[in-house]
Amino acid sequence: MRFVDEFREPELISKAADEIRRLAGTERHYRMMEVCGGHTHAIYRFGLKDILPENIELIHGPGCPVCVLPMGRIDDGLSIAQEPDVIFAAFGDMMRVPGTQGSPLEHKARGMDVRIVYSPSDALKLAQLNPDKHVMFFAIGFETTAPSTALTMMRAKAEGISNFSVFCNHVTIIPAIRAILDSPDMRLDAFIGPGHVSTVIGCRPYVWIAQNERKPIVVSGFEPLDMLQSIVMLLRQLKAGEAKVENQYKRVVPWEGNCAALKAMAEVFQLRPYFEWRGLGFISQSALRINDKYAEWDAEQRFEVPGIRVTDPKAAQCGEVLKGVLKPHQCKLFGRECTPEHPIGALMVSSEGSCAAYYNYEHRKAAMVSLSSIA
Amino acid sequence: MLAESAPTRFRDPQIEMAHGAGGKASRRLVEGLFAPLFFGAVPGPLGDAAQVDINGTKVAITTDSFVVKPLTFPGGSIGELAVNGTVNDLAVSGAKAEALVVSYVLEAGLPTPVLEAEVRAMVKAARDAGVRIAAGDTKVVEHGKADQMYVTTTGIGRLLHGVTIDPRSVRVGDRILLSGPIGDHGITILLARGELDFEADLRSDTRSVLPLVESLVHAAGPGIRWMRDPTRGGAATSLNELARDCGLGMVLFEDQIPVRDNVRGACELLGLDPLHIANEGQFLAVVSPEYADAAINALSLAPGGSEAKMIGEVREQPAGTVLVTTLYGGSRIVDMLVGDPLPRIC
Amino acid sequence: MCLAIPGKIVEISSDNQDSALVDVVGVRRNIDLGLLQDDKPVPGDWVLIHVGFAMSKISEQDAADQMSTLRMLGEIDGAMQEVKGYGLEDVN
Repeated sequence: MRFVDEFREPELISKAADEIRRLAGTERHYRMMEVCGGHTHAIYRFGLKDILPENIELIHGPGCPVCVLPMGRIDDGLSIAQEPDVIFAAFGDMMRVPGTQGSPLEHKARGMDVRIVYSPSDALKLAQLNPDKHVMFFAIGFETTAPSTALTMMRAKAEGISNFSVFCNHVTIIPAIRAILDSPDMRLDAFIGPGHVSTVIGCRPYVWIAQNERKPIVVSGFEPLDMLQSIVMLLRQLKAGEAKVENQYKRVVPWEGNCAALKAMAEVFQLRPYFEWRGLGFISQSALRINDKYAEWDAEQRFEVPGIRVTDPKAAQCGEVLKGVLKPHQCKLFGRECTPEHPIGALMVSSEGSCAAYYNYEHRKAAMVSLSSIA
Repeated sequence: MLAESAPTRFRDPQIEMAHGAGGKASRRLVEGLFAPLFFGAVPGPLGDAAQVDINGTKVAITTDSFVVKPLTFPGGSIGELAVNGTVNDLAVSGAKAEALVVSYVLEAGLPTPVLEAEVRAMVKAARDAGVRIAAGDTKVVEHGKADQMYVTTTGIGRLLHGVTIDPRSVRVGDRILLSGPIGDHGITILLARGELDFEADLRSDTRSVLPLVESLVHAAGPGIRWMRDPTRGGAATSLNELARDCGLGMVLFEDQIPVRDNVRGACELLGLDPLHIANEGQFLAVVSPEYADAAINALSLAPGGSEAKMIGEVREQPAGTVLVTTLYGGSRIVDMLVGDPLPRIC
Repeated sequence: MCLAIPGKIVEISSDNQDSALVDVVGVRRNIDLGLLQDDKPVPGDWVLIHVGFAMSKISEQDAADQMSTLRMLGEIDGAMQEVKGYGLEDVN
């Protein structure tokens, strides 16, 4: 696979790991947060922790749009789909996320019309193919995904497709990073910046992290060599006492971002005054809602939504894990009451949630006698 | 205590889709409800087929139900799956299928040509697999109750000489063999459903693996510890079950696992792991080190076995776990999934 | 978040300039080019695909530059270390 396999070349990966070990030395302990859930997933999928030195600690950030969605919002979306002749369409990521009455897949097994779509445009197509039904697209994602939702809604408007609406749960990444940095128990040295969000928003929105907070941030790709190179770049900055924004993912991320994508978002969305992030609480100006021009396609305007707030059980420490204060296995419920099979918190449901990633890819390794037997 | 009064351990209040997906939930249902009642308190490891002694002759018997949407897809149809699936369950249990009986549950409104096409497909598949369809049964249910048709096949076969399948015989140092590329069937079905709007030149790998198994037994019989056909839940599920049954670690070498380019592409696009995808024409075998070379040679020279690979080995650690390692020293645990693999965008 | 994969544009749809057929090692799908209006890709270009939309054109030059940098990893710094060992502190 072009532009994928080159960045997974084993020899180069080993070389990059050697360079990291050389740069990291042994005296200093480095704490780097990867913001994006996709990076969390990549770390585990490629086993990068196995080749990083002990003194580099990767902290998982809150960039998992499924994880930060409060349960009440899932209930709201599902309640709309209870209406007759409504099709609930969503990405596969949402299908097993539990609401108080069960997940979308469980609702499907009970007779609700639930469809998995790969693209919001597929949801719109569903509406065109089913004129006697209403398709409600449960939209999630950060700025990577929001423009596609926006463009789809623009197409719906242009083509006069009225049996289609979007239940919008798009969130923005900068407020989440700000919440992390504002957190009193946070001690971070640097950030591995979200690669695909940056194809939309560019690198400029991170400048305050470097200039005001004095933390280096490298916008990183998702292949093993991308992430390792980003860590090399961060180590070089840290050792030189620098703090700047660097773009490691140049082949794909334009410094200025994607103008057309930003325009589409501005056309359709506006910022909510505040939005609740599961585990992080209410954050102002951190989420998108559909503006009045597109009210006809806003599921929250077209349908009655219960809007009931559902709080997580007190014992669940999702917030601390989300902020990187606790490691997944340090949560009291991890691996016991809360497993991928019966998740209590959303960090266990989404495959890129730190708890699920840790559980699926990692936690039994810790019980191994020694890793040295792996050649 | 009477067998029907034995205690069970299955605590889920009702049956959910996940219980049929072949992963953790399925295993919980089987181990917690069916096994204690059917097989008693300590049933031992559960295999793909059961052995029954009839007046001194050991026969193997197995059954499987086929529920697939769409009914036909590139490379096959439900009928073929029903024949090959049961023939394969017997083959990996070390038995040659002699006869199948088939049971149909048909939805009222099913067009006759559809049914006839499936029956013809089964006849052809049976001929290709060298097995006889001896008897059958049909029931019809109301429209909306059977997704057009459900097919169940039960197969009976004679045990092959020179091989004993037992997960408890697996030892540290044993090699893990795979007969060919994984992921073809599951991805074909996923694309054939049309919901994701992807296209690829891909076919289900449904076929009888009996000829390959026979070649393997002939060349390496005494060294074969265990075999399984990784259907729903994929190779990850089969190997996790083995790891749990024998208490050892299954260490796989990622660069050795055969996956077709387009299957790989589909998996990357959809965020799926080929190890979790269903296969209908492949099998895994664990073979002792002394017989491993003979085993892989025999497979690769046999018709349909040219893509067979040695994909890993059994180690002491991580116990009860499947670990995938890379050439650069990274590793990851591969667990059984809870339900079916779902595409993701995050 | 953000599973996005590189794919090659095979052809632009004849009836819709914003739609293109893309290929990823033999897997094909129509994707929306609406987010790349300002810099429309042509057949043969590589784009980054996320939820059925092209997010960005992939720069082959930047990818090649990155590979060169990666291949030289350790060599420049290693050489620097060696030079510093000679006491030539102001070499940079």
